[in-house]
Amino acid sequence: MRKVMTGNYASAYGAKAARAQVIAAYPITPQTSIVEKLADFVASGELDAKFIPVESEHSAMAACVSASIGGARTYTATSSHGLTLMHEVLIWASSARQPVVMTNVSRAMAPPWSVWADHMDSVAQRDTGWLQFFCESNQEVLDTIVMAYKVGESRDVMLPAMIIEDAFILSHTSEPVDVPEQDAVDSFLPGFDPDIKLEIGKPMGFGSLVKPDQYMEFRYKAMLAMTRARTRIAEVEREFEEAFGRGYGGLLDEYRCEDADAVLVIAGSAAGTARHVVDELRSRGLRVGMARLRTFRPFPHDEFRALAKRIPGIAVLDRSYTYGASGAFYTEIRGSVGPEEDVAVMKNYIAGLGGRDITPKAIERVFEDILSLKSQSQVPQEPEWIGMKGMEGRMR
Amino acid sequence: MCPTTIPEEEHAHPGNTGCPGCGANLVMRYLLKGLGERTVISIPACCWAVMPGYYPSHCLKVPMVYCAFEATGASISGIRAALDVRGEEDVTVVGFAGDGGTVDIGLQALSGAAERETDAIYVMYDNEAYMNTGIQRSGSTPWGAWTTTTPVGPTKDYKREPKKDIMAIMRAHGVPYAATVSVSHPEDFVKKARKARDISGFRFIHALSPCPPGWRLNPMKTIEVARSAVNTRVFPLYEVEGGRVNITRKVKGRPVAEYLSMQGRFSHLTEEEVAAIQRTVDQAWSVLEREAEACDDRS
Ligand SMILES: Cc1ncc(C[n+]2csc(CCOP(=O)(O)OP(=O)(O)O)c2C)c(N)n1
Ligand code: SF4
Ligand SMILES: [Mg+2]
Repeated sequence: MRKVMTGNYASAYGAKAARAQVIAAYPITPQTSIVEKLADFVASGELDAKFIPVESEHSAMAACVSASIGGARTYTATSSHGLTLMHEVLIWASSARQPVVMTNVSRAMAPPWSVWADHMDSVAQRDTGWLQFFCESNQEVLDTIVMAYKVGESRDVMLPAMIIEDAFILSHTSEPVDVPEQDAVDSFLPGFDPDIKLEIGKPMGFGSLVKPDQYMEFRYKAMLAMTRARTRIAEVEREFEEAFGRGYGGLLDEYRCEDADAVLVIAGSAAGTARHVVDELRSRGLRVGMARLRTFRPFPHDEFRALAKRIPGIAVLDRSYTYGASGAFYTEIRGSVGPEEDVAVMKNYIAGLGGRDITPKAIERVFEDILSLKSQSQVPQEPEWIGMKGMEGRMR
Repeated sequence: MCPTTIPEEEHAHPGNTGCPGCGANLVMRYLLKGLGERTVISIPACCWAVMPGYYPSHCLKVPMVYCAFEATGASISGIRAALDVRGEEDVTVVGFAGDGGTVDIGLQALSGAAERETDAIYVMYDNEAYMNTGIQRSGSTPWGAWTTTTPVGPTKDYKREPKKDIMAIMRAHGVPYAATVSVSHPEDFVKKARKARDISGFRFIHALSPCPPGWRLNPMKTIEVARSAVNTRVFPLYEVEGGRVNITRKVKGRPVAEYLSMQGRFSHLTEEEVAAIQRTVDQAWSVLEREAEACDDRS
């Protein structure tokens, strides 16, 4: 059924389609309408779930983790300060190997206060052991939630997943979204049935103390699970495509990259703008493409390594900044690609912080810049900040 | 002598890594005797999170979910919801936390769970300090006590603030049942645990839990000191059911000096300070007594 809806409603419909059984959430702008919609679904009986109106995000995640250990499929949603307050329990969730699914409406951190799009909150959780999916459209939000349960609950994965939608640009902007038929979702996504869960008569401890001679193996297994998630994401997406006729390009969604001289790496809603600019520049004869970073975790190392061997110039646009170390996407891509001589010239651009528009003009300028660079020695160490007002954007 | 009403069946295996004479060990033992094995327990960071020993050992006959230090209230909310979804409404969900994990860092989640009327029992075993991390003060440490962060020394920097009244906080939440228990009074303890199990809604149990190393106490004296706390009215045994206060152990009130003198953590106190504690204890008892009488008058 096609409906016009916001990204937040797409999240709520996604959780409903996946038949989340326990939902615990705490309100924060701009996530609120997800929680309100889900509360409505539960109140109206359209969704058979327990809704726990917790007193904080920390408790939201703690309740989800414990409910998941209890054998229930869980969902929550948050944003910025809520996500960062959860930090401790995010690591708890992945380390307890509980496939909680959460939407994070990616928003800037204070101070100064800002409720607008920015990836700082999500990027800061990269080491928590969550799968992280950046979405470009409301449809992708809904579909990825359904897929994320399937990936996360796979016996050989068992990890939580974060679905990231940009504040307001997706969360509060309406687009036509196809809400899949419940029957189809049910046959695509079986019920949550973990091998190990709380059971009366089976006394065991979930998360007890371990010695130094045991701890590393727990972590190693979680690492292997994250590695397996790479293939699992691709498999599940293929199955999804067969069932619903839509796909999103796996870990790294490449657009017109085949013969490109320069490629822009970007994540989230700004990818839509970038596609448009790519088409525009192509029509003017410039061979450019876009590679949309769809999963930040697991990170598409192989895809980037291959891309950097093929493409002469790679511009990396970060919508966040890691103080003292460039943008996180850039640093990680650099880490994937390695020091070979014959790889792309790469440059980092910072744009769109605190909800500032990433305009077609800005993206066009990035393409022009990267096309003009012939060797890495021409690239300054620090990233270029795009569209700074009355300030020198480029630091040397 | 009449036979005991305490079930003989044990729901904890013999042996765990608690210190000799650990009161918290007995709190768990009596609690489970009252609740039985259709119980799941959530435990935050505290001594009890360490007492089952290293993975994969487990010392209880019921499942145990470990949760973050401040998250017990939220964890039991999640477990309750999951069990309800699975149709296991009859299983008793218990949050079992220390005093620090309850009155300090966990107070927010506890308050939230109580306010949401989560169908669970929250047990605070009160050893009156952060014992697991090495005897630091908590909001539940009593006035006058030595801890490693309220050292005595030449400045006499022992705890200068009164103990946070968690029972009053829980009563202010309007919980259907709140009770104090002591390991020195197992009959009363088990009875209250059973009663709590059979009431629905958010129930709270405040258990006095002597800690030999933390209280600078001879480990042979755990029961004695717990009994002394009750007999001196330092730790009155009572329950609040539907707002009605019922003192379950009416005691004559032995001098608090008896209780204090058993423990090294109070050994620095002067006679005047002990007298001041006596006055506070007397005052609190008469408030409690008046509340109980008022409830009797109403009935
Ligand atoms: C967020 C967080 N802060 C600090 C700690 C360290 N910590 C673990 S147990 C503990 C003290 C627990 O005290 P209490 O709740 O009274 O239980 P007890 O150890 O006395 O039994 C502390 C401070 C922690 N685990 N998590
Ligand atoms: S430190 Fe105290 S509470 Fe902790 S195990 Fe030892 S006796 Fe028990
Ligand atoms: Mg304590």
